[in-house]
Amino acid sequence: MAPRMPVPMLPQSRSGWLALALLVVALAGLPWLAPIYYIELGTTAMIAAMLALSLQLLVGCTGLVSLGHGAFYGLAAYTVYLATPADAGLPMWMTLPLAMGAAGVAAALVGALSLRTKGFFFLMVTLAFGQMIFFVFHDTKIGGGTDGAYLTRPLIAAFGFELQLPRRQRPIGTYYVALIQLVAMYGGLALLLRSLFGRVLDGIRVNEHRMVALGFNTYRYKLAAFVLAGMLAGVAGHMWAMHRGFVNPELVGWHRSAEALLMILLGGLGTLHGPIIGALAWVGLGEAAQLLTERKLLVEGLVILAVVLVLPQGLSGLGVLGRRVFGSPRVPSGTPAPAKAEAPPHG
Amino acid sequence: MDLAGIFAQLLNGVQYGLLLFLIASGLTLVFGVMGIINLAHGSLFMVGAYAAFLVGRATGSLWIALPVGLLGGIFLGALLERVLFRHFYKREHLDQVLLTFALILLFEEGRSLIVGNDFYSVPIPAALDFSVPVTGDFSYAAYRFLVIGICLALALGLFWWIERTRFGAIIRAAAEKPEMVDVLGIDARRIHLAVFAIGTALALTAGVLAAPLYSVYPNMGDGFLIISFVVVVIGGLGSVSGAFWSALLIGLVDTLGKAYVPGVAGLAIYVLMAGVLLWRPAGLFGRTT
Repeated sequence: MAPRMPVPMLPQSRSGWLALALLVVALAGLPWLAPIYYIELGTTAMIAAMLALSLQLLVGCTGLVSLGHGAFYGLAAYTVYLATPADAGLPMWMTLPLAMGAAGVAAALVGALSLRTKGFFFLMVTLAFGQMIFFVFHDTKIGGGTDGAYLTRPLIAAFGFELQLPRRQRPIGTYYVALIQLVAMYGGLALLLRSLFGRVLDGIRVNEHRMVALGFNTYRYKLAAFVLAGMLAGVAGHMWAMHRGFVNPELVGWHRSAEALLMILLGGLGTLHGPIIGALAWVGLGEAAQLLTERKLLVEGLVILAVVLVLPQGLSGLGVLGRRVFGSPRVPSGTPAPAKAEAPPHG
Repeated sequence: MDLAGIFAQLLNGVQYGLLLFLIASGLTLVFGVMGIINLAHGSLFMVGAYAAFLVGRATGSLWIALPVGLLGGIFLGALLERVLFRHFYKREHLDQVLLTFALILLFEEGRSLIVGNDFYSVPIPAALDFSVPVTGDFSYAAYRFLVIGICLALALGLFWWIERTRFGAIIRAAAEKPEMVDVLGIDARRIHLAVFAIGTALALTAGVLAAPLYSVYPNMGDGFLIISFVVVVIGGLGSVSGAFWSALLIGLVDTLGKAYVPGVAGLAIYVLMAGVLLWRPAGLFGRTT
């Protein structure tokens, strides 16, 4: 039985949960209001939200900043492509476990090695191993090389039930599948954080030495979190393949990982829903930038710069309003969290 | 495989490794002294390469590009340190990653605005566009010899600066025990400025030297950045001599691998890194804490 202590990453009050429920209702209602183009954009945003949410398990919950997370996401998308025969679609109950499994195995290998290091070393090693996976798809012909490859029309089917929709309404089906997965992932992670496992991860984030002193094998806990996060990134990557029906090496590259980190920072490090808000905001911003200018990267770069310079607490630092609605962030604005302050490089 | 071919590949490996050292030494110095990781270090390399291209196109001579890269690097590094990086030494990893990621995007957009997105080759200076006969049946490109020479000279200068000068002693002390340097009344800001400027200048110079060998193209910094990370991880974070030997090792392994076992060679350096992490997680020359 989990202790009845509040979990700081979850909403602290009933109104906080209510706000989250309202967000889900709003997302569920979108297809009635928006044209197909925006429904597809919504799916893209929710997939990004799943990627950021899976990374939050490492960054916000455990204090591990990984720059190789995108590799597991892309690997899962490629797994769907490689597993699907050229002339037929596979049902989701086959592709989803396959994609999650592949991402999980890769995460176990990468995690086992990179968790031997800490801090910046960890960051660089995850980045390098992630790029190794990138080069496999970029430099060999396995997945169509640099050009990528088209998927046989992905099939949204489960347990003998196939979603039969006319072509024009397919994106609506995909949208709801992504929404259900996102809600399930949030719920699952919320339960996980309330369990002993989640408490240990929080303990590692705050002070790993103390957890070791308490007798926890922190390496194993971190590895378990790394593998789980990789598998959840796999869910997002799988959904991307389903949504777009196309894979290319860019999915695996480290820019994806950096973007996921940005979504987390944008939404706030201290909460589980932060990455979702951050992802929705980031995808929305990218869309707005594309409408306004041809220099999308310029806008994105300036926005990231502005966020790290002006809003180190993310969007939740925007005002008291956000704090009242979404529960209090654990870090008072303006002061860096003492628990996350890095020991001196060689100390 | 003939002997002359092997010899040429060995020299190529040394030349590639020395170029990697110029990039990796800046990374490792900046990390060692300021504790900050600069993902935009690859972009600085790219700036150097494009500077060589632009200067070469405007003046027809690469000789001018070399001092332009070196001095421009010192100026650009000082500017970045004063305006941005200075405020991030005490911030969390995540903030530093995002700051430098934003810089990558901005540098790439700047490159795209000024030069466009095309692939350009940069001619080797005419005076060096010949081969030096080494033995009877083997000769080697003079420009590559020059690159080896300049890289070695810069590496020697860097070692002399760090190991033999008063300022270098302060830098080593600052990397070891920053509090003591503060207590002794030495202005840390001056050290940070100098280290960042030198690191940037080395990356830009590497870019200038690399431009005729590898051409210039969008996102060219990314590949070099990742390999430099591997170099730094293998050499030991913060260790300049470690970076030197591991850069040579990576240069040789990668070059020889690509020449004789194409196909899997791209993975060789990562396997090497995995092995080092299993054997000595702090890197070959890093101190185990």
